[in-house]
Amino acid sequence: MNDLPWLDITIFIPLGGAILLGAVPKDRVGALRTGALIVAVAAFAASLGILAGFEVGEAGFQLGSSLSWISEWGIGYTTGVDGVSLWIIMLTTFLMPLAVLASWSVDKQLKPYFIFLLSLETGMLGVFSALDLFLFYVFWEAVLVPMYFLIGLWGYGRRVYAATKFFLYTLAGSLFLLLAILYLYFAAPGEPTFDYRSLLGTELAFGTQVLLFLGFFASFAVKIPLVPLHTWLPDAHTEAPTAGSVMLAAVLLKMGAYGLIRFGIPLFPDAAQALAPLIITLAVIGIVYGALIAIVQRDIKRLVAYSSVAHLGFVVLGLFVGTIQGMSGGILQMLNHGLSTGALFLLVGVLYDRRHTRLIADFGGLAKSMPVYAGVFLLVALSSLGLPGLNGFVGEFLVLLGTYETYAWWVIPATFGIVLAAIYLLWAYQRVFHGDITNEANRGLSDFNVREYAMILPVVALIVFIGVYPKPFLDRIEPSAQKLVSQLNDSSVLPEGSGVAEAP
Amino acid sequence: MREAGLAPFIVGLPLLGAVVLLVFGRRIGRASGLIASGAIGLAFVLGVITFARLLGLPAEEREATQRVFDFITVGDFSTGVSLLVDQLSVVMVLVVTGVGTLIHIYSISYMAGDPRYSRFFGYLNLFAAFMLLLVLGDNLLLLYVGWEGVGLCSYLLIGFWFERPIAATAAKKAFLVNRVGDFAFMIGIFVLFVSLGTLDLLAINANAAAMGAGLSTAAGLLLFLGATGKSAQIPLYVWLPDAMEGPTPVSALIHAATMVTAGVYMVARLSPVFEASGGAALTVVGYVGALTALWAALMASAEYDIKRVLAYSTISQLGYMFLALGVGAYSAAIFHLVTHAFFKALMFLGAGAIMHVLGGEVDMRRMSGLRRAMPIVAYTFAAGVLAISGIIPFAGFFSKDAILASAWIEGNFLLWGIGTVTALLTAFYMARLYIRVFEGRLETPEGTHAHDAPALMAAALIPLGVLSVIGGVINLPGLVTLEHFLEPALGESEVPTGVLTFLLPGLALVAGAAGLFIGRRLYMGEGAEARRARLVAAGGPLVEAARNKFYVDRIYAATIVAPGRALASFCADVLDGRGIEGVVNGTATFIGRSSQSLRHLQTGYVRTYGVTFLFGVVLVFGFLLTRVVLA
Repeated sequence: MNDLPWLDITIFIPLGGAILLGAVPKDRVGALRTGALIVAVAAFAASLGILAGFEVGEAGFQLGSSLSWISEWGIGYTTGVDGVSLWIIMLTTFLMPLAVLASWSVDKQLKPYFIFLLSLETGMLGVFSALDLFLFYVFWEAVLVPMYFLIGLWGYGRRVYAATKFFLYTLAGSLFLLLAILYLYFAAPGEPTFDYRSLLGTELAFGTQVLLFLGFFASFAVKIPLVPLHTWLPDAHTEAPTAGSVMLAAVLLKMGAYGLIRFGIPLFPDAAQALAPLIITLAVIGIVYGALIAIVQRDIKRLVAYSSVAHLGFVVLGLFVGTIQGMSGGILQMLNHGLSTGALFLLVGVLYDRRHTRLIADFGGLAKSMPVYAGVFLLVALSSLGLPGLNGFVGEFLVLLGTYETYAWWVIPATFGIVLAAIYLLWAYQRVFHGDITNEANRGLSDFNVREYAMILPVVALIVFIGVYPKPFLDRIEPSAQKLVSQLNDSSVLPEGSGVAEAP
Repeated sequence: MREAGLAPFIVGLPLLGAVVLLVFGRRIGRASGLIASGAIGLAFVLGVITFARLLGLPAEEREATQRVFDFITVGDFSTGVSLLVDQLSVVMVLVVTGVGTLIHIYSISYMAGDPRYSRFFGYLNLFAAFMLLLVLGDNLLLLYVGWEGVGLCSYLLIGFWFERPIAATAAKKAFLVNRVGDFAFMIGIFVLFVSLGTLDLLAINANAAAMGAGLSTAAGLLLFLGATGKSAQIPLYVWLPDAMEGPTPVSALIHAATMVTAGVYMVARLSPVFEASGGAALTVVGYVGALTALWAALMASAEYDIKRVLAYSTISQLGYMFLALGVGAYSAAIFHLVTHAFFKALMFLGAGAIMHVLGGEVDMRRMSGLRRAMPIVAYTFAAGVLAISGIIPFAGFFSKDAILASAWIEGNFLLWGIGTVTALLTAFYMARLYIRVFEGRLETPEGTHAHDAPALMAAALIPLGVLSVIGGVINLPGLVTLEHFLEPALGESEVPTGVLTFLLPGLALVAGAAGLFIGRRLYMGEGAEARRARLVAAGGPLVEAARNKFYVDRIYAATIVAPGRALASFCADVLDGRGIEGVVNGTATFIGRSSQSLRHLQTGYVRTYGVTFLFGVVLVFGFLLTRVVLA
């Protein structure tokens, strides 16, 4: 059993399923839904094979395969998983069945909808598994297309504007990524290759490193998103259908942070080290700025979107402070943000299905009509604001601890982010759930149904589990994180005068 | 090890109770109160057994830890869910579970008929579990987990009647004000870990001296700022009076007897860190405590809401405890923590019994002569009043005297003076409360009928009343005392000698008696009203300010909340909305205009690009597939 290439199987199950769905007549709603669900669950089941086969304590890549593809150009189909990508891959396959369950309210063109959703999954899994830069770029761009259509065709309100913005923003960033990849390809000595592991250790002049790093960074920073490149996010998040918002927040945003540590740091360690203070500054600005804006949002989805800007700020902060606690915490926080924010979008979707509005002012007193929903929402909100005992705390604590070790003063504004998070979440919670029911439309609302329970309880269980017993997660992250930290700290040709900031 | 063996169950029983009640509560219904009381009652029994086992050991061996499982462990950072049983934690366990059990039983009667009855007990059990984790955790991170957990339960229980906007707002305020404290607490944790390489409480204490004065002062002050949130001290006390919107048993358990003492526990627990700062941190603790004691006592004297009087009184008494910590009298602080838990819980429960029969009335001006209708409540309450006023031989006399005496012996006469004046004020506002509510002609608001506390409420009031009378015996000079018991954990404390042995308690007693006497003069008998009017006239602006809570809420609103909100709006509307978005959309428009000439090639529809793009991707994949198959 364990000899099977579980990683590659997992990557292509959704695409295969999408092709099979193409054979289902488009008016067979039940069959399409069930089919999509079965495919998503099958991909999750296959990914459990990755988890089972993953060797704890190993820093390098595992469970991958390497096939020659276009050998004359040095392009290969090369995949692999390590502590950095393991949990994001698991998160993707874990959330997809739930996203399918959240799609029951989609009522038009179900067939292309599910086909796009499932091909999106293959794209994302490919991004996190590809160890060939060309293959990575193909998957990277392949994600863009289904997401564009999901927002543009099945979204709400200003969906076309949002989808266009999303597309153009990301595409603009991607151009720099492509140029940087091609430059690296031609600059590397020896047999020309796109193979990631062969390109590692390519000697580059410091200036070249910085330019190439910035090329990668342009694309990744848009995706994360780092302030000021974030304004596509609130629109895309808000107008996307529930499943789209979930995958966008939980997985797509992680592609940027993932790219930075998969490629940015190992390929250009000197540049990464030199630019770390700058990136950290942007991250901390994001933490405070995103949270401040979230406070005054009127639309719940926009609020969650801006909270993502803040949370991803924590992730990036952890990745670049150069300590094992920061790096491990940042990587864990990618998973945590995916769970908490994914769950928040699922929950907002449940509410939208009932009331067809997302404006905070339209609600009030929901704790009375939907007590279980209110309780689950609170738990997820608490996880998002970093309450100890739930998952978000573990990651944020490690990130902040790691930050204090090397950038002590930055920890003050960053930690203040947890105060702001409490403000925007609890204030919104009060306005939606507390008080008396003032709007008659909110009175008879039904609590979760069975499908919605099935959708939300798995996430809640993980939120609590990681919060109480994070060890299995951290144990698998740590060796790879340690390797990255060494790469970031022990860079070779750091020029004079570009040193890392010293702890005060 | 065996001594700590029961610790996981002490935390686990209420936790289990909470999970069961929160998940299945609606099906369990009426039995919820019994289940919750049983869970915490059993935890109390286990606490007593653990205490007895400790007593069976030689004093210096009364310390054991029990590791349950690993918590956050990365690199050289390693913490476990690991529980420490020693003299200090076992005393805290007994207070939390003992007083907690009585309040659970009381709540069965008090909350009867509430539509969310079982959820209330679920929250109460959850609170107990986190509080026990807080006092039993053997490392600072676990203490922090408990610290935040009790804060959450406080939020849930203050806002228990969330339909009332005022309760929901109070709950949110409590959480947010505490978060400000937690922000400092968390940075304090980082300072300690990075300086000492450990968060283990005993290891921190053992190595604190090595930190140097600067870092330990920073760590101490950061931790203490956290404590001013949870334990409602200046500048973060503002949430506690509002927290009275919660059901009264919650006020008794969380906002008087247990949670709010967490800061006192934490400072006592980490006293070597505070001492390592060479006095600076402790001095701050002492003065903040003393000032808070006085400040809150003034507000208590001007308040008409019975629960808020008790809330200010709690803030004030907590101030005493910090005053004690500030002069190094750690065991005196814990002693006062214990007796205060008895008499303040008692008075809150008494107030609850009154509200119960008066239809939720809290305004003391609409109460009078209730002693005649509710003697059990009145007499137990009187025991509480005498205890907090420091009248011999009631419990508070001994603990408050220990604090004032320590300040004197330390040579800090200013702190002693503030404490003594506050003692007088305390007795005064308590006499004021008692006389207004219980003495005089029996009057109740229209439509209500006063009767004495029902059996289950009395079952909590009477033991607490007895403890308020005799609670001082746990530290009677010459007997087996709390102080001696705590000595290995908290260090030795000095006791007055010679003439001071009688002089200091004498002065404290005089202050308390004087306060009661003034209260009686101003609120009872012929001419009381005239005397009161003269006092108010003489007090003038001070009285007015105290009645307006010294305008602190308004000052915070104007200097912190309003500018903060303005900044958030500025970021959202101006920076993001017009600034960044302006640039983005401007660029788009510019490109759109300048590419008019190319419009034949480019349709302008992104979906056309998208499809073309998808087509390209499919081609590449097709190519990939053939290569793989052929290879």
